[in-house]
Amino acid sequence: MATSVGPLLEHNGGLMIAVRATLVRDLTLLLRRRGEVLNPLVFFALVITLFPIAISPDPELLATIAPGLLWVAALLAALLSLDSLFRSDYDDGSLEQLLLAPQPLAALSLAKVAVHWLLTGLPLALMAPLLGIMLALPAGSYAVLAVSLALGTASLSLIGAIGAALTVGLARGGVLLSLLVLPLYIPVLIFGAGAVQAAILGDGVSAHLAILGALLAAALMLAPWAIAASLRISING
Amino acid sequence: MSLCLEARQLACERDDRWLFQGLDLTIRSGEIVRIEGPNGSGKTTLLKILSGQLGDYQGELFWNGAAMKDAREHFLANLLYLGHAPGIKAGLTPLENLAWYQALSGKSNQDSDNEESRLDALANVGLAGFEDVPAGQLSAGQQRRVALARLTLTPRALWVLDEPFTAIDRYGVAALEQQLVAHAQSGGCVLVTTHHELTASPLLRRIALA
Repeated sequence: MATSVGPLLEHNGGLMIAVRATLVRDLTLLLRRRGEVLNPLVFFALVITLFPIAISPDPELLATIAPGLLWVAALLAALLSLDSLFRSDYDDGSLEQLLLAPQPLAALSLAKVAVHWLLTGLPLALMAPLLGIMLALPAGSYAVLAVSLALGTASLSLIGAIGAALTVGLARGGVLLSLLVLPLYIPVLIFGAGAVQAAILGDGVSAHLAILGALLAAALMLAPWAIAASLRISING
Repeated sequence: MSLCLEARQLACERDDRWLFQGLDLTIRSGEIVRIEGPNGSGKTTLLKILSGQLGDYQGELFWNGAAMKDAREHFLANLLYLGHAPGIKAGLTPLENLAWYQALSGKSNQDSDNEESRLDALANVGLAGFEDVPAGQLSAGQQRRVALARLTLTPRALWVLDEPFTAIDRYGVAALEQQLVAHAQSGGCVLVTTHHELTASPLLRRIALA
């Protein structure tokens, strides 16, 4: 087996190739472990199903609390799925390989977060209108619910990934992860639930959605660097 | 080409105990450097420091004369690190696992030439016929071989191998040893820890940790 060593590689481009390969790899992995993908969705459906039974089937009462309920349940479902984001990579050693890749770690971890959102946040957003029917959500707010959740869960995935990266080295980081991340989730929750509330009351929703979009833009700008730094801290310790 | 990884006055402390202190080390092209020492003497820690993974140490690292923090990108583009954990995803097939590593080295994994080279790399480590079996169903030794296939798949000058012989059978060990020597002879450089006795070779240098 002769190995030929060429000249030293000057720089290693191929950022798009690496990002794309990471996307494909994580998508393939998660689609092969469907149970893990379905977990947050089942949790979301279960929680929403229990409320009408426990509180009251009165549609008027349910309609007033529906936006908040749907948003809180979706947020917790997204939180539930965070711990596994970097965990298996950490356990099998691919995380240290990811850190040693010549491409910027921020871009590669952004690819991982994108996959997380595609298979957690987006399905939650698509499923929410269906569960809204169960809570007698007034007509006209379904589209706003889905859009606000799609925008909001993207921010949640990005912010949550910082916490997941910080706690990946800990054996039981789940509780700590929630404590770290929940305070940062509150602005997203306020404006997300606010958007649906506004749609029900007939007020303009664009302000709320614009703020959700702004939060997402800020998270997209800052979170990848924070995730990369957090992963470095976790691996170093 | 020539490469040179240099460490000056390296020291690392773990749990109030110095693993090593005042360690000076220069690794050049054409060398196989074996780090020796009993369990817990800091071999893995030293390899991680030298491959730029740990930050809590004293001393300085230089890559081809430039301080590591300035030359990090160039260093990483020329480094192949194999750790204790093989870095192989149980849910992916060996071919898919290698495709990711190939992409990280900057080569498109869609290309049919590159697909060919992945198959070759797997055949080289004796895994022909296992290309499409999920890696989770392979034995520990076979998983390690998938990781070792990266040595031929993504040519890098500096190999940092932490216990590469673990779980590998006798024939595999001999083949890997030859591969290390061939790599050093062709101008590469190998940094390795192992409890396995390496055949004496003029290229081999030993560094003992207390």
